[in-house]
Amino acid sequence: MAPDLTCDLLGLRLRNPIVLASGVLGTSAALLMRAARAGAGAVTSKSCGPGPRAGHANPVAVDWGHGVINAIGLSNPGAEEETRMLMEARTCLAPWGVPLIASLFAGTVTEYGSVARIVASAHPDLIEVNISCPNVADEFGTPFAAEAQTAAAVTEAVKAEVGEVPISVKLAPNVPSVGRIARAVVEAGADAITAVNTMPGMVIDADAGRSVLSNRVGGISGPALKPIALRCVAEIARAVDVPVIGTGGMMSGRDAAEMLMAGATAVGVGTAVWYRGVTALGEIASELATFLSQHGYPSLASIRGLALH
Amino acid sequence: MHERYTITGVDTENYRAKTLYLDRPLKAEPGQFAMVWLPGVDERPFSIAADDPLALTVVAVGPFSEAIHRLVVGDALWVRGPLGQGFKLPDTSTAGRLLLAGGGYGVAPLLFLARRAIAAGYGVDVCIGAKTAVDVLLRRQFEALAVGTAVGTGVTTRVTTEDGTLGARGLVTEAVGAAVAQARPDVVYACGPVGMLEAVERQCDDLGLPHQLSWEATMRCGMGLCGACERHGGTKVGWLVCHDGPVDRG
Repeated sequence: MAPDLTCDLLGLRLRNPIVLASGVLGTSAALLMRAARAGAGAVTSKSCGPGPRAGHANPVAVDWGHGVINAIGLSNPGAEEETRMLMEARTCLAPWGVPLIASLFAGTVTEYGSVARIVASAHPDLIEVNISCPNVADEFGTPFAAEAQTAAAVTEAVKAEVGEVPISVKLAPNVPSVGRIARAVVEAGADAITAVNTMPGMVIDADAGRSVLSNRVGGISGPALKPIALRCVAEIARAVDVPVIGTGGMMSGRDAAEMLMAGATAVGVGTAVWYRGVTALGEIASELATFLSQHGYPSLASIRGLALH
Repeated sequence: MHERYTITGVDTENYRAKTLYLDRPLKAEPGQFAMVWLPGVDERPFSIAADDPLALTVVAVGPFSEAIHRLVVGDALWVRGPLGQGFKLPDTSTAGRLLLAGGGYGVAPLLFLARRAIAAGYGVDVCIGAKTAVDVLLRRQFEALAVGTAVGTGVTTRVTTEDGTLGARGLVTEAVGAAVAQARPDVVYACGPVGMLEAVERQCDDLGLPHQLSWEATMRCGMGLCGACERHGGTKVGWLVCHDGPVDRG
């Protein structure tokens, strides 16, 4: 019998646990639809903030051999414009039964609340609160994800403005105790956790004698991020009872199985789109199904958290 | 990652276009592009003008391309690529004729394609369009391709300028019409401004001609991730110029 890939995420029914991660292909309804058609179980829009941003100058992304580093710089059209896109996306995605996750960011706790209010008006299935973008420190300072107290303050501010829409808080990998921060945001009202964002890093071109990214530093994603993400998700799964969207370095169905074994409920996929194309989303889901049936696992629940014991 | 290349030669093509020859090959298909990085300046996409050795035809249209124009033999530049989908020669057993149409600086990748097509035994009809005589790009190089090609295949070059200062007065699409009337091509290849590409697309659809069009966009990541180069409007939606293109093979 074919294994059951369906996934319950806060009452949302995903046909499979593969979620298009924020920042990849999430800039338009057409691209979100493309990810859905390619087989994603849910899709996440690129983070929007209070106003339009152009992002950083090029180069903004390179493949450095063991992963990708990027510092796009939160380019987005601003929450008002984004809301129109989200409503269009929701309409297109509905017949496919693919939930829409809307990602947002802001520069202050108060701004998080106001952006969340605007984004919630588009009625996404879930709001993802990006408190961990590593690429805008010059402008915004230390990410809110760095401290339990600030992470909780943002969570509370967002939760107060979104009504019935559930929220998932996206955490950073580069903290001493991600479990402690997870507990703080859950106590502050987070319905789920997305972990992890990219890992801050730097790639230098020795011939040029400078950093490759115009922002100098960026976020590491792809294969190099996987073991870091697995460790964070395992720690979060031990610390809290809410679902985790485990994200970071997920290139194959086997990677997705490992993430579920670390305790994730769903699996975010982003950079794999560079390595394998948009079809990676559906392919990873099929590979996961193959893995489960080869090992005689009937469902996702039968491997969830397996590696925590 | 970017790779450092050294400039070994510079040809001045016209008052604002130069071709830079680099110190080694980059295996690529005509129509693919590369992100060119000048550390501390910027990084932008350029079509690949030749692959062995790598050559780039750069038109000075802004601060970055002007900075490239200031480079001389011995200077370095950094290249990330090749990226994207290029032009594809037809999968036919018998080589026929191909029509290549370039508008303005869209001519740049077509010389590379013409060389590949001729090497594969195709006859090539080239249509070059520009606003005025001084903007016409690579005409001599296309005309030189005709020398030594076999009788019956051959290379023709048609030049049009909007003001009639060189070649026929008019738009490149009129030259395309004339070329098609004389010898129906197996495939039409075009690169140029959006308006020209849309006109060529209509022309080809009307005539039932297969076509491959190379589109331009502002590139950011160049990796099909960030969404910055999505084509809006037209029949293609959710189409990324850097990843699905720049050549739309239909």
